[in-house]
Formats: sequence, structure tokens, C-alpha cells
Amino acid sequence: MSISLDEVRHVARLARLELDEAELVAFQSELNALLGHFQDIRGIDVYGQSPHSRSSALQNVWADDDTWPSLPRGSALQNAGVTKAGLFIVPTIIEE
Amino acid sequence: MLTQLSASELAAKLKSRETSAIEVAEAHLARIDQMDGEVGAYLEVCREAALESARLAQARLDEHTDGPLTGIPIAVKDNLSTLGIETTCASRILEGYVPPFDATVVSKLKEAGMVLLGKTNLDEFAMGTSCENSALKVTRNPWDPDRSPGGSSGGSAAAVAAELAPMALGSDTGGSIRMPAALCGIVGFKPTYGRVSRYGLVAFGSSLDQVGPLARTVEDAASLAAAVSGHDPSDSTSLRDSAIRTDGLKNGSLKGVKVGLPKQLMSDAVQPGVRDAFDMALEALVREGALVDEVDLPSIEYGVTTYYVIAPAEASSNLARFDGIRFGAQRTGEGHIGNVSATRGQLFGHEVKLRIMVGTYALSAGYYDDYYVRAQQVRSMMSDEFNRAFSDYDCLLSPTSPVVAFRLGELRDDQMALKMLDLCTIPANLGGFPSISLPCGFSQDLPVGMCLTGPVNSDERLLQIAYACEQGLPWGYRRPPMP
Repeated sequence: MSISLDEVRHVARLARLELDEAELVAFQSELNALLGHFQDIRGIDVYGQSPHSRSSALQNVWADDDTWPSLPRGSALQNAGVTKAGLFIVPTIIEE
Repeated sequence: MLTQLSASELAAKLKSRETSAIEVAEAHLARIDQMDGEVGAYLEVCREAALESARLAQARLDEHTDGPLTGIPIAVKDNLSTLGIETTCASRILEGYVPPFDATVVSKLKEAGMVLLGKTNLDEFAMGTSCENSALKVTRNPWDPDRSPGGSSGGSAAAVAAELAPMALGSDTGGSIRMPAALCGIVGFKPTYGRVSRYGLVAFGSSLDQVGPLARTVEDAASLAAAVSGHDPSDSTSLRDSAIRTDGLKNGSLKGVKVGLPKQLMSDAVQPGVRDAFDMALEALVREGALVDEVDLPSIEYGVTTYYVIAPAEASSNLARFDGIRFGAQRTGEGHIGNVSATRGQLFGHEVKLRIMVGTYALSAGYYDDYYVRAQQVRSMMSDEFNRAFSDYDCLLSPTSPVVAFRLGELRDDQMALKMLDLCTIPANLGGFPSISLPCGFSQDLPVGMCLTGPVNSDERLLQIAYACEQGLPWGYRRPPMP
């Protein structure tokens, strides 16, 4: 199985990655090489094996229902590109 | 020279007033000035803050309110958030980002009175095995400046080996602490998943990531693990009662310790010189009383592939937060989505973009079951197989890396070969097992490491066995050929 250039373009769009044509072609070949290796695990008999779902024996971790100070607004905004009146500013995404 | 001493030796001298925390910090800063131009371990050196912490540490020592690591300098991998200190993950997308909070492990270092010398280089977002994927700097192996220090915690490993810090923190998602430790001739420990908080570690593969120590002795690695471990309510995967204890570290011996050698990890991929060094170390361990058997773990063959489905899948989700809006650098495109895509497309490096693409593909409609779910099934199969082996053996042992440090650029065009180097270290991440690499000999005058892996929550026992191994090997710690 191999991945087409259009599929690479589609995946890049899903991943919000702006790539030029040369990069798309490079990724097509690298993705195909990796997907070739992935065939190894497609052939394994995993019948009845449940998918791994957690990395420790923990289940249902609940936090106490307490309040504590959160990050001050100024600190939360200190690394933002554009802010105004204590908010992050982004371009309009909904047209009138 | 103070910089040649281990942390435990420094601690003894600090307590006996043979030296001061300020002298120790100044000695390390001077050595960084002298040597780091060649090594390139640090992305940022926090000179003034380090000296200020050293003064505070000395006050604690003078007031007898010190702990075991008070006044000991440390280097921290630059994917751990540090309040007020730039944290870049060696990526252009985070250049200029200054975290408004400390990672829990960094808070713990501060509470312990340790002196943060600076932030160390890594493969961008910890994605790599050679440290060559850093967008910001080249780090060189102290054993041979033409060679890679290994990755992704290459800066931390090189700093410790080159005596630019007695100990360092790294993170390990598929071997990123143990691999560079092996290639630089030092000790690197990945604790059981959940015993060290991940809060403030910039996430790569959340079900695999674990923070851990790099040091020149097992004793130092154990004391740093003890300092940073423990339950943290800020990390929902943090285990209760998870502080790592060191009281029994020196009480073990290798007599009667059952060691399994996975035969799949002694394949032809292991360089003959690495195999010879490993075999010699093994003979020494058997002489000390270890009971060694070969063990068959067939699912190991699928470890690397399984990892390269799961880790990118988690990365593609985790790295979605880098959109240039709330933090990090920004680029302009067409409209809001265009801005985000331009920022990500232009500022992530090639390997990071490749992994995001792989992960996005593996999680996309139509392929999710075939790739992601299946990889998670294989992961379960592999964990089960390892857990069965752990009912017969105290630990499993293999070389850490099938090769010694390779030349910079040597594997750049063979990414799959580079990824296959993680064959021996990946199973511990997939299963959440504790795993430690320690020096076990030399090949071509370059260090060879061996990797011990134990069952979940056997961290204390594993460190005890590793300590006994270190003592049982007939050669001591060897310095790299540096002034």
C-alpha cells in the first residue's frame, strides 16, 4: 500500500502544516517508507488482545473538589503574539 | 578538581566545609566557559541565577537546613519548563518562549537546594536519537567531537560526561535518557511510568514520556531520582506513594540475581565490538554470582514499529497546541487557519513535521483501526510477554545501543537505521517499566552501555542491582579524553 501525493496534501491540511511542493514530495517518499515498515504489525495475530489503554495500573483518578489559585492572567498572556484587554487576539473566523 | 567529583563526593565536601556551594558553582561555570564552546551541551547558561542559588544553598548548609543535594549543580533538558528561563525544546517555534511556571521536577530541584546551571540541547521536541534534530545547536560527544552524543537528551548526557555538570535531568520517550547516557559513557535512568511527575514536561508521547536522571554513578542517579519522584496532583498519571527510596541501594549483591537476556536483542544488528564489551561485562556479572539465562521475547521484533505508530500519533495530538497564538513565534498566512499553518509549516523542523504527518495519518478515518488500534494491541501483547518474563527474572539485560557513538551526519540519510537503534530501549517505554543504562566497557575507545529493565515499580530493586553491577565490573568510571 502506498500513499499518493494528494493524500499527503490532505494529511498536511489536517495537521495544519503549510508545506511547499518539494516538501510534499519528500514526505510522500518518507511516509511510504515508514508505512512499508508498518506492514510488519498488520500481519500479527492479535485476535482477542485488547488494545493497551493506560500506562499504569491507575484507574479513575479524581481530584479533590478544592479551589486553588490559577495562573494569573498577565502570566497566561505574557507569551502571546497579540493581546487586547486581557484577551488573546486572533483573526476573525466567522464572517457576518 | 571539583568538576571531576560525583554529586555524592561534592555533597560530602560541602557538608565537611572543605568547599562551598559558591565555589562548586563557580568551578562548573568556569568549566562551561572553557569547554562548552567545543561540546555545545547548553542552549542557555543561567550564570547569575546559578550563583544566587548557590549563595542560598550555602546559607542552608550553614544553618544545617540542607538536604542530600543542597548546593549540587544540575543541568536541565530544555523541554522542562523553567519559570522565567526560556524553554525552547530546541525548536524555532518556541524561540523566545518564557514559561510562567516551573515543571514539578524543577520545583523539586529548587526545594532540594540544587543549583540550576542551565538548559541543555536536545533533538527538537525530543524527537530523535542523535541530538542532530536540534534546530538551534550542534552537540558533540565528549569522547570524540566528530560523533553524536546520542539523543534526544544529548545535551544533558554530554554535559555530565564532559563534567559541565555532575548530574542532569532528561526525558525518555523511547530511550532518550538511556541511549545518550550509553553513547557518552555515563548512567541514565528512566523510572517506572508515573513515579516522576510529567507536569511541565513539554509533552511528546504522553503515555511513554518519563523524566529521569543522568549522572556519572548509579548512586548519583538514584539520589536525583529520589529528589524528583513522588506523587503530584498536577499529573493525573502520577502514582500515589511513588517517591523513589535509596536507603537499600548499597545493600544488594549480584549473588543469585536472576537476569534474562532477550535473545532478540543480541541480533546481528549489534556491532561485534559492542557485543564483545557486553559479553565481557556479562562474564564479570556471572563471576559476581548473577544467574544469567537467555529468554525468548518474540514481540520485541515489533517494538520499533509499534512505537513509531503510537509515539507520532500522540505527538500529532500534543503538538496541535503550537499554533503561535498563546505562545511561541508566529508567521503570517491567509486568515486564521493560514496563520496557524504557516507558523507550524515554517517553524517546525523536518523530523517533527514528519512525525506529525505519520501520527495524523495513523489516527485518520479509515486507518485508525489498522494502525493505531493494532499498535496498541501489539503493545499489550508485548507488555504481557515482558510481565511473564519478570515472573522468572529479576531483570532483563541487553546492550543499550547496538552501536557505539556514530559520526555526526553518518545516519542522517538513513532515518530508519537511526530509528532501529532504539530497539533495546523502546520496550521499557511501551510497558512503563523502569530501565537503566550504565557503562559496561569500550569498543573503538568509545563507551558501550548495558541496559537493565525491571517490572513496573521495581525501581529501588533495579537501582540496587545496577549499583551492584557497577561495583562488580572490574573497571571503574572512565573520563573522556578531555582536559
